[in-house]
Amino acid sequence: MSNANWPLWEIFIRSKAGLHHKHAGSLRAADEKMAIDNARDVYTRRNEGISIWVVQSKHVTASDPEEGDMFESAKGKIYRHPTFYDIPDEIGHM
Amino acid sequence: MEDNTKIIDFILRLADNSLILGHRISEWCGHGPNLETDIALTNIALDLIGHARNYYELAAECKGDGSTEDDFAYLRDARSFKNVLLVELPKGDFGFTIVRQFLFDVYNFEYTSQLCQSKDTRIAGIAQKALKEIAYHLRWSSEWLIRLGDGTKKSHDKVQDALNDLWMYTDELLLADELDQFIFDNGMGVDHKLLKNAFVTRTKEVIEKARLQIPSDQWMQYGGRNGNHTEYLGFILADLQWMQRAYPGLEW
Repeated sequence: MSNANWPLWEIFIRSKAGLHHKHAGSLRAADEKMAIDNARDVYTRRNEGISIWVVQSKHVTASDPEEGDMFESAKGKIYRHPTFYDIPDEIGHM
Repeated sequence: MEDNTKIIDFILRLADNSLILGHRISEWCGHGPNLETDIALTNIALDLIGHARNYYELAAECKGDGSTEDDFAYLRDARSFKNVLLVELPKGDFGFTIVRQFLFDVYNFEYTSQLCQSKDTRIAGIAQKALKEIAYHLRWSSEWLIRLGDGTKKSHDKVQDALNDLWMYTDELLLADELDQFIFDNGMGVDHKLLKNAFVTRTKEVIEKARLQIPSDQWMQYGGRNGNHTEYLGFILADLQWMQRAYPGLEW
């Protein structure tokens, strides 16, 4: 039995309630049901998750790393970071 | 036979089933058909060996003579092992492993579900903890049985062959002997009539979904639970036990 013909899936795991699903890795599976089971066995065996999303890798559209200018404009615009405000003490840790 | 000895024998049957099947499945580690199934099988093997440890610890506690879980696992000979024949058969191909796992998982799920109600709270405690893992084993092996049975002609034929070869070992899982009856009568064990009904219903449902046929009117094979094993158990024990036999008391 070979899984060379099985599609590739991207696996997202939520580690606990309130947190985002985070990309954990990718694996092969014949369909979405098997992808969930495989993800459970491969990525949550050390109690890493409470929820799994699977997406077929072919449905992910990625930016082209060669296209360096894409992120050029954001460089050097430090005023886009909210670091110029004084946070009142009463607010505490943010 | 004294009651305490009976309880120990009863616990050892459960422990031996889990240890021997866990060992068999662990043989897939690094040899699975692909990475994902390799890890899944290894997880199941570890779960089963964990259940075996819990039962052996309890048996040691009941024995109360300073015996440990290791004495039961490493220092008994084949005739003293009380596992069913089904679990000691060689792992075969992936289809064979899946069919065997499915048959055992159905039995184990239904049996352990009942055992959660055992009057002996120690047994019930182990059962409740194990049941969550067994439920996943059953889901996994059912899913694979359906995929292979309802897959290609080749995969269908392979699992049908495995089912034909393995069906004769199923009645040993279900039949109650004097010991089972004694334990059940004392509120600690399992009602084997209920067990058999549940087993038949559930296996039928999944096997039909997998487009497979249950072999009819087959000769049934028994023996493991009384210590009469196939030739394969000795080889498993040689693998498992040689270190403790060669270097008694070795620790690391």
